[in-house]
Amino acid sequence: MFPIIRKEILNDTVSLIEVKAPYVARKAEPGQFIILRIDEQGERVPFTIADFDRDRGTVTVIFQIVGQTTRRLNQLGAGDALLDFVGPLGKASELEEFKSVAVIGGGLGTAIAYPQAKKLHQMGAKVDMINGFRNQDMIILKDACRESCSNLYIMTDDGSNGQQGFVTQKLEELLKAGKHYDAVIAIGPLVMMRAVSELTRPYGIKTIVSMNSIMIDGTGMCGGCRVTVDGETKFACVDGPDFDGHLVDFDEAIRRSKVFAKEERQATEHLCRLEGMNHA
Amino acid sequence: MLNLSQKKVEMPEQEPNVRNKNFDEVAIGYTAEMAVEEAQRCFRCKKPLCIEGCPVKVKIPEFIGLVAERKFEEAYHKIQETSSLPAVCGRVCPQESQCEARCVRHNKGEPVAIGRLERFVADWYRKHGRKETPLPEPNGKKVAVVGAGPAGLTCAGDLAKKGYAVTVFEAFHTPGGVLVYGIPEFRLPKEIVKAEIDKLKEIGVTIMTDMVIGKVLSVEELLTDEGFDAVFIGTGAGLPSFMGIEGENLNGVYSANEFLTRINLMKAYRFPEYDTPIRIGKKVAVIGGGNVAMDAARCAKRLGAEQVSIVYRRGADEMPARSEEIQHAKDEGVIFELLCNPIRILGTDDGWIEQMECIRMELGTPDSSGRKSVTKIEGSEFCMDVDTVIVAIGQSPNPLIRSTTPDLETNSRGCIVVKEETGETSKQGVYAGGDAVTGAATVILAMGAGKTAAQAMDEYLADEKTEKE
Repeated sequence: MFPIIRKEILNDTVSLIEVKAPYVARKAEPGQFIILRIDEQGERVPFTIADFDRDRGTVTVIFQIVGQTTRRLNQLGAGDALLDFVGPLGKASELEEFKSVAVIGGGLGTAIAYPQAKKLHQMGAKVDMINGFRNQDMIILKDACRESCSNLYIMTDDGSNGQQGFVTQKLEELLKAGKHYDAVIAIGPLVMMRAVSELTRPYGIKTIVSMNSIMIDGTGMCGGCRVTVDGETKFACVDGPDFDGHLVDFDEAIRRSKVFAKEERQATEHLCRLEGMNHA
Repeated sequence: MLNLSQKKVEMPEQEPNVRNKNFDEVAIGYTAEMAVEEAQRCFRCKKPLCIEGCPVKVKIPEFIGLVAERKFEEAYHKIQETSSLPAVCGRVCPQESQCEARCVRHNKGEPVAIGRLERFVADWYRKHGRKETPLPEPNGKKVAVVGAGPAGLTCAGDLAKKGYAVTVFEAFHTPGGVLVYGIPEFRLPKEIVKAEIDKLKEIGVTIMTDMVIGKVLSVEELLTDEGFDAVFIGTGAGLPSFMGIEGENLNGVYSANEFLTRINLMKAYRFPEYDTPIRIGKKVAVIGGGNVAMDAARCAKRLGAEQVSIVYRRGADEMPARSEEIQHAKDEGVIFELLCNPIRILGTDDGWIEQMECIRMELGTPDSSGRKSVTKIEGSEFCMDVDTVIVAIGQSPNPLIRSTTPDLETNSRGCIVVKEETGETSKQGVYAGGDAVTGAATVILAMGAGKTAAQAMDEYLADEKTEKE
């Protein structure tokens, strides 16, 4: 069992858990992910590593409550334990060569973009961070991000905080103002990563995206996480999760992300019924 | 008393039209009376050819003799002398091409039902056997086994019996390998696999799940930091092959690995009680003609698909699946589209499968491997309506270990290179066996390899000990 030693509610739909997993913590690197299973009935679900502490032997995961597993996960707190916690999986991000980088986090993607910005910043790269959220209430990790970059730009869809607009607007503004980046790292919803990749393509800036595909084992066994990159089928779990955003077939990835949409609704209804019974 | 019947005592089974709607075991198993009757068909040959056909050399005539005398407990111990997973082997071994193929009774009539008798003995012991597992005397040596499938578990069991402190590292959350993620409940109940694994734990084997070797620890670290004296790699053939045709990434195309893992390991057949979903659709095509394809097709049928077809590019005689599995699939209503090869998969605008275009094939002359070649019949293209396609055309070894163990020699197919008689790899103290070495093969061959390696590792570690002294 893997004890949850800390839980923080970051906003209405986003929570953080710090999990005791010494073996995973020893090897974890930014860009890698873990797979957890809550209990015997649970699904195996991948989460990108948001932070790790080798001394404490812990790994931090930040999740948004979107479906069955995250809803159930959010019902747990410090003192509870997860049945399974496997990792670190996937390839670590290759950040060494970059001197000047724009790191972009869309919504929950900020949680995954943050360790990358932190590592780049520690390595001495100049980091601009652009984080986009729906509104002021959805903002996460603002202080942590501010400490891990030279400039932090907050964008909100409704203008309730920072500048009103999408992350792509800010990036375009910076590029048009003559900002030079060796690379852009974009992590967030598929549509956002696609938009960033399309924006940087004419500029020829290397753009790295992180694919959080549906998968079971995370070791290359199921092939559920197939993603087409430069016309070739890759497995996000072992060949990624980072890929060149200019080469990823996002349209296919978006379609594939909906494979179990119907079942996901069914599972949620099932859970709601069970909870209703418990409350009765 | 000899039973001269030319036929095996029949195996009681669930009716096809009942079983194709549930996940309970298809074959129900012999009663004690049936087992004794069948055991009396064995001639107890002085030079038993059946044993030569068995990769782990089970003392077949001896155990069958004990069954005939109703000494079931003793029969179990006789099997256990050489085999660590009898309840599994009795169910999933291809006896028809191994022990039973060599049986002298097969010269005239059916061979002795060795597999069914092995299964009976193992099941009897699980229910009635005396629990006595003498703990081996520890010899002070530590061995790591990577992968808790048939090869790893066999190797672990044999070494533990010799007094080694054995730790098995398993990537999944449940040990068993293909026995739990691949082979369905109706062919091998998971409770049986669990019972076999519990027996290993009783003799002191430690199993660490959720440990992906190559990621969380490297093979090198096992030998250095973690202090293991030797390592056995039995990581299987986990990497699914795809056909490389258009439309293979459409929604509704699964690898057999994904499809079967969702169902068997994650229990998607009990969704939404279990969280893992599976989507079946009405019309399912399974590509391939092996045991994995049969398992996938029979699962799809049980999950309510109206039409399930096996699509295989060669003919009936070329199908690599066991004849028993093919027959079971047919009885359960699976359709066989033979000499038929998919060319592309067609989808809807929003990315879901709609049809699969295939071409008819014809058999030609045998190739160098003896298998008949196949050629396309030009102009024979046709479309099948499908909403699920399961690709079951094979697996190759997972690259995680080889990509993180630079001094481990592998061949062009990604298989670990070993000395066949010992399982020794190019890296000192590291042994390997099973599908990770051979590519996808059978449970019993993997067990045989695990056994061979355990023997060789014991000798290697004994020598090492003497050198140090």
